[in-house]
Amino acid sequence: MARYVLNRLAQAAMLLVIVSAIGFAILHLAPGGPLSQFAASAQMTQEDLDRVTRQLGLDRPLPIQYLDWFGRMLKGDWGKSYRDGEAVLSVISSHLGATLELMTTATIIAVLLGCWIGISGALRRYSLFDSLATVGAMIALSIPTFWFGLVTIYVFSVKLGWLPAGNRETVGDGSLPDLLHHLIAPAMVLALVETAMWGRFMRSSMLEVINQDYIRTARAKGIPEWRILTVHALRNALLPMITVAGLQFPTLLGGALVAETVFTWPGMGRLFLDSIGYRDYPVVMGILMFSAMMVLIGSLLADMLYAVVDPRIRVG
Amino acid sequence: MADSTGKLGVGRLHHLGIPTRRQFFQLGAGAAALTLPGSAFAQTERPGNPPDKPRGQVIAALSQEPTVFHPLMPGIEVDQGVWWQVFSLLWFIDPEGNFVPDLAREVPTIENGGLSADGLTWKIKLRSDVKWHDGTPFTADDVKFSLELINDPNFRARSRVGHSLVKDIEVVAPDEIHWRMEAPYSPYMSILGSLTFIVPKHILEKVSDPNASPFHNAPVGTGPFRWGERVPGDHILLNAYTGYHGKGPYVERVVFKYIPDLTVLYTQFRTGQVDYTGLQGILPNFVQEAKTLKGRKIVVSSTSSVEHIAPNLEFGPFADRAVREALYYAINKQAIIDALYYGLPTQTETFVPQQAWSFQQGLPQHKYDPAKANTLLDAAGWVRGSGGVREKNGVKLEFTNSTTAGSAVREQCQQLLIQDWRAIGAAMRVNNMPAAVIWGDFWQQSKFNSVIVGVNFMLGSDPDVTPRFGSGAIPAKGGRGYNTYQYQSAEADRLLAQGAKQFDLAQRKTTYGELQKLIRSDLAILPLFQGFIAEGVKEGLQGFRPNINTSINSWNMREWYWA
Repeated sequence: MARYVLNRLAQAAMLLVIVSAIGFAILHLAPGGPLSQFAASAQMTQEDLDRVTRQLGLDRPLPIQYLDWFGRMLKGDWGKSYRDGEAVLSVISSHLGATLELMTTATIIAVLLGCWIGISGALRRYSLFDSLATVGAMIALSIPTFWFGLVTIYVFSVKLGWLPAGNRETVGDGSLPDLLHHLIAPAMVLALVETAMWGRFMRSSMLEVINQDYIRTARAKGIPEWRILTVHALRNALLPMITVAGLQFPTLLGGALVAETVFTWPGMGRLFLDSIGYRDYPVVMGILMFSAMMVLIGSLLADMLYAVVDPRIRVG
Repeated sequence: MADSTGKLGVGRLHHLGIPTRRQFFQLGAGAAALTLPGSAFAQTERPGNPPDKPRGQVIAALSQEPTVFHPLMPGIEVDQGVWWQVFSLLWFIDPEGNFVPDLAREVPTIENGGLSADGLTWKIKLRSDVKWHDGTPFTADDVKFSLELINDPNFRARSRVGHSLVKDIEVVAPDEIHWRMEAPYSPYMSILGSLTFIVPKHILEKVSDPNASPFHNAPVGTGPFRWGERVPGDHILLNAYTGYHGKGPYVERVVFKYIPDLTVLYTQFRTGQVDYTGLQGILPNFVQEAKTLKGRKIVVSSTSSVEHIAPNLEFGPFADRAVREALYYAINKQAIIDALYYGLPTQTETFVPQQAWSFQQGLPQHKYDPAKANTLLDAAGWVRGSGGVREKNGVKLEFTNSTTAGSAVREQCQQLLIQDWRAIGAAMRVNNMPAAVIWGDFWQQSKFNSVIVGVNFMLGSDPDVTPRFGSGAIPAKGGRGYNTYQYQSAEADRLLAQGAKQFDLAQRKTTYGELQKLIRSDLAILPLFQGFIAEGVKEGLQGFRPNINTSINSWNMREWYWA
């Protein structure tokens, strides 16, 4: 196991180098730069822009800039944001909490609701519930998150006035009920697609398990149905879901980006979008590296957990 | 003359008629502001009086996040919204175009001895009752430090235009500072009065890197509000500074709330979560509905920005003036204004806003006349070729037009332009790009054929457009400026040089009037309309005054209060 983990970590390190090189090249080769936002204003001349470019070291050859950035990153210095001069790690951490809050809530909703829908659908295959769940999942997967977010605001905020139209908290309040009140709509929107995915995966997984011989044997032995389901079927059906969970991070982050924009949620997704728009290279690279690390760690943990939960799987 | 408050009133001008050379600086560069349609929309009624002490809070929504808090560094308009609250200027320019003393005791003029007759020596008397937010007294040393910091080669100063001419700065007393200008430069008055905020010497002189210090994320100023907190990606909170030297502030807190999507921003204004929609305001398509909202006021005001089609004058067909004139005739401007902008903006023929003292009346008015356009092109030798596209000497009358991708209204405008111009045998193709791309080298180095853009050509309230239209300001030719049109005219250069040296308002008005006629005649730009902004203000919030001489209408939040 230890050898397997070390092996995977070495692979992960290689992947991170590749991701960083490709990301850096794409970002810097894309037209425009951090100073473009000032170019249309009446305040800065081309001479001013050139001077600031030199001061930021952006006039140096790209490989030099990359090596400089990479070297400093290895020492724990991820650079400073071009926008506000804050250290990148500090910028990321200041947005991370909001995103984790949103993603965790959405995941809890999605897992609970998705598993319930998936299991119920599998147990009552081709029933009205199953058909509705299938159609519902297709619709949920097809609805653009942005549109669903706007509809949610229109219905629950503008028309009914039940939920705030956005933001993470009321300025000056910030109490737990206030935070939860603000969390409902974006979490619901972010959870929609996730619920559908979990539902579909869970249904397939459960169907596969309940048609196995050992389930039939259990039933023949007269074991109560609830026990068959919870102890024998569910445990095995949940196994593939560990992999699903491990690989959900990028999807969730993508969804969070949209939900955060619609609901003015001050999280990482929106930070990423803003930073790309401003060509804030250090922050974009920081988020890229952070996300890549999360995906690799998630994948590694899923594999390890799989091996722990299912003794039939052996790694190494 | 200054009134008892030291403010130089516009009313005097009507009695004076054409001001003398000496009166120019008394009156302020904007003193001859004619009418201000924007102010007609503004809240003129002031029910009740401001409270005795700050009360309540204002949540101002912005569609871009303020991130630059050092007011002398490169920043965008939303950053200015914060600078105006935290810092002070020597003087500022009010909505009527008057220079109003702020940190200075009076605005320097030739008559009061603040300026020498040749405009080279400046003597500024400062207030002695001003304190920084940390309690340290403000002095002339802070002004000297600020001006020197701008010219510090290691400092990432936003712009050194005008400042680079300042020499021999001398602090003669804690409340008086003198300096000499290397050459006379009249627009400097406006530059000092628009964005040259004064920063604290006692804090910034101690930092090792002038470009990065704790001050950058927790600024200390002399303005009406002191720094509270910033939650990145969400909001900035400023608290009332009760030791402020001017009027106000009348609210306890100002919260700048960042809401990137304009539809979402409007929705939050509609549901009452924000009190004021700033910067990009309310999208034109929501304005009519917004006006029907209960408990909300919608203020539509003019801005200094001029929406225009920027031709690259070095690009084949556009080098021919006849082509530019024909294209201009063929634009159905009013249809664009009515259909896409809901009739809110007004047509213009010049780069100067119609409310400015320097605005030239009587310029040739645009007419939508495709027949005339066809005649012009026929006469200039542009004949219709295959596919109906005209050509001359092997050059086809086809070009691209670019604007910021995702700018829905401008993209619709392009569709109308394609139709208008196809009718006269000109083929336009769309080549849009994200903001970070189009305003980079593509725009700066004149790599475009044509662009739809809104530009504020003014330096505060000054019409000196040397950086925009001077021959030496073409970046693609190594120039210092942003003449991306690549406009070159010896006569324009002469007028620009002359205007920047003149200190007499009447003479300057004549000079810049001539320049406007020339630019209109040459069609260096194809103006569409003067910019406008529709801003929402919650009912009961008083004191909001659009100011065409600033880039952001939240400039005076110190005067805002809840009735």
